[in-house]
Formats: sequence, C-alpha cells, structure tokens
Amino acid sequence: MNLTLRVWRQKSPQEPGRIVDYPVTGIIPDMSFLEMLDVVNEGLIAKGEEPIAFDSDCREGICGTCSIVINGRAHGGQKGTTACQLHMRHFQDGQTITVEPWRAKAFPVLRDLVTDRGAFDRIIQAGGFVSVNTGGTPDANCLPIGKAESDLAMDAAACIGCGACVAACKNASAMLFVSAKVSHLSLLPQGEVEKDQRVMSMVTQMDKEGFGNCTVTGSCEAVCPKEISLDFIARLNREYGVSLLKGVQA
Amino acid sequence: MSINTLFNSSVGKKFIMAATGMAMFLFVVLHLLGNLQVFLGPEVINRYGAFLQGNLELIWPARIGLLVIVGLHIWSAVRLTAENRAARPQPYAHQELVAASYASRTMMMSGLIILAFIVYHLLHYTFQVTAINGTGRDFTTLQDINRQHDVFAMMVLGFRNPIVAGFYVLAMTLLFLHLSHGVSAMFQSLGLRNRTYTPVIARFAVAITWCLYVGYLSIPLAILLGFGSNYGGISK
Repeated sequence: MNLTLRVWRQKSPQEPGRIVDYPVTGIIPDMSFLEMLDVVNEGLIAKGEEPIAFDSDCREGICGTCSIVINGRAHGGQKGTTACQLHMRHFQDGQTITVEPWRAKAFPVLRDLVTDRGAFDRIIQAGGFVSVNTGGTPDANCLPIGKAESDLAMDAAACIGCGACVAACKNASAMLFVSAKVSHLSLLPQGEVEKDQRVMSMVTQMDKEGFGNCTVTGSCEAVCPKEISLDFIARLNREYGVSLLKGVQA
Repeated sequence: MSINTLFNSSVGKKFIMAATGMAMFLFVVLHLLGNLQVFLGPEVINRYGAFLQGNLELIWPARIGLLVIVGLHIWSAVRLTAENRAARPQPYAHQELVAASYASRTMMMSGLIILAFIVYHLLHYTFQVTAINGTGRDFTTLQDINRQHDVFAMMVLGFRNPIVAGFYVLAMTLLFLHLSHGVSAMFQSLGLRNRTYTPVIARFAVAITWCLYVGYLSIPLAILLGFGSNYGGISK
C-alpha cells in the first residue's frame, strides 16, 4: 500500500506546530496503524530526520496509551477499537490520511502526537478511589451484589482513560471519562460509601482542568474504544445533583 | 445546597440550562394548547384572551417567572459556550463530529434566532406595536361583539401578511430543531435517563416535537389558506 500521511509535527509545547506531508510506500495491509507509523519512523531515522513522536504501550487495546486522531476521528473511527488495534486494511491504497494529536486545552501537546494527559490523573487523585483498604480480590458471592449491578459497574470500569472522548467532543468535555470512573465505584458497595464526596470532588477537578461542558452530542460514546454508554453521564449528573442537594463541599 | 457551586460548576450550569429549558418547553406546550382554541371560533379564543388578561394576579407572576427563566437559560448558554470554545484553543486540521446531530451542533444559532423571534412576537401580539405588524391596523382597538379584545381578528390579520407568517414559520422550524435536541438532552442533563428510560425518552421527544411543530404551523397556514377571512371582525 502507498499512502500520503499528513502529520502534525511540533517540537515542544512552546513552539508552534504544523502539518507535514510524508509519502509512505510498502505498507502491508495487516499492519496496525502504529506499526505503519513505526515503518515511517524507520525511514525518517535512516534519512537522519527526527522520527514522529507518538504514545503507545500495550498495543493490544487495553492500556489507553495510544491517542491519535486519524482523518478527524479519535482512534480512526473503527467501532470499539483503539488506534493500535486499527489495521491498515481499513484504508485504501493511495489514500491521504491526516494524523493529529488529541486537541484540548487540558491536554497540551508535548511533542508531535504526544499530549500530556495528566489532567485525567489529577481527576482520579481528586476522588477516583476507595479510601479504606478493601483487601485482595473477594471470594465469589462474599459480597451480595446483583448480577445487573456488577455487570453495569464492569461496563463503566472498562474505561481505559485514553481521552478519546475529550478528543472527539466538540467541546473537549471529559464527562464520559469522569462518569465512567464515578459510576464504576459508586455501583459497588466498597465505593458507594463515598459516592457523594467523590462526584463533587472529581467534577470540581474536571472543571479546574479546563475541559468543556457536555452538550449531549454523543460523539464521545461513538468513538469510545470501550463503548462506554452516555447513560453513565446521566448517572453522574444524578449523583452530582444529590451531592449538591446534600450540601457536600468539594 | 451551595448556590455558588450550582452557578459555577459545569454540571450545575447544565442543571440550570436543562431546568429552565424544561420550564420553557412546558410553556410552549401550554401556549400551543391555548392558541389552538382559535379553531373553535372567535368567541372561544376571545374569551380565553379575556380570561388571561383579566387575571393580573396570575399573568404577571407568570410573565416575570418566564423572563427570569429565559434570562437564566441565556446566561447559562453564554457561559457554557464560552467555556466550550476555550476548551479547544487549537482546532483540528481535519475533524469529523461523529454522531453529533446537526441540531446538537447549532443550539446557539437556533436559540439566538428564536430569541429574535420572541422579541418580535411580543411586540407583535403582546405590546401590539402597529409599526411592526405589517397591516397598518392598530391591534389594540380590535373589539368583538362582547366588547372583549378581538384576539381572533388580531391573529387572522396578523398572519394574513405572508412575510410575518414566513418569519413565524422559520422561527417554528428553528424551535423544532432546537427542541429535537433539547427535549431528550434536558432529561440527560438532569440525570433522568438510564438504559430503560433512554429509548422511551427518545421516542417521546420525537413525538412531542413533531406535535408542537405541526400544531404551531397549523395556525398561520390555515389563516394564509383563508381560515377566518369571512369573519366580520377583521373588516372593521
């Protein structure tokens, strides 16, 4: 496969970036998108040029490290798929592909396609935890939890924190991420105790980081590689309302 | 409850947006039900008009309440939009807004045009400013045989002007667009949605929005097609 890549190149957070075109040849359709970038980088290194910086880790769709917008869609727009699991067979020979980093004030670009997603870590630090030591994995059926509740908590816990929801949202809102984290803890008895404080603290931190607001467009849900549902945002709103009425302070 | 948190947090402002939106949505439903009485003839709609105008203790709190609600809706829209724009200082070179409906992306635009229409609509039928009604007739002097204000004649005269009716149709189309996103979104923002409710709310939103659109359009279209043209009250 031969392609034209239009890649965002930026040396540092301070310097302005720009789109640079790269002709790419000899791509095997079974390569993942990141493997294709590896091939491009080998070529750049051979020519003595600076390789394209991008984040990746597990390359099996479970770590949430890869974070690129491909042709205007976070992770490339393949349903329920991270960029590392997106294969080149989904593209056409001769196609022009635009590759950009996540765009959000809260996710400043560090270099090329790498952004600083520390804002998510600070939201988790604000309340995305259980304060008591709950020990190791509990024995099956030790804690009385309904099947429906545990399944729902697991659906929310599937969030890998990649930030595609922020990248795809027209407002760069982090509501889907925060709602998934709030929900998976509040649905289980270990996390339920602190639910009022948690939602207040996490939303307050989210606002501080400079994310936008949810306007219920559904873009986040559509691009989420773990297919987290918009219903969790409704749950967050509900829990936040209860917390507000109880007068909980952040 | 901390009022400060309500007015300053992202989710709090969305509560204000959704709650005021829901209140205005209810007003839009009641306003249509009231005005559809035009099809029951001059006597019925004029009696309804006289009833509203005669209950100052009801109409003024309602007007002041609506004004506050509209004010809060606009305030939260302006604040939220400014924050949303600031959240992405560097735009994408290529962006596709997956799943985001046209209505959901243009709420500010449809809302602003509806606001302009509301101002015109109030000047037209509430303050009855002759200069902007396009007929040259002073609506305040219209009286029926019971010496009540002739609302029926006012509506017929008002909507017989194709430009006025055209602006009305345009505004109702934008209201339809605004509500096609807003009705289901307000349930979401208030947290009143889950796996079971979501499909029910989505169907309710589509049905009620279409009912409102057809209902509101029926009045000017019927008048343009000749409804009420033989009514004696309009020739005086």
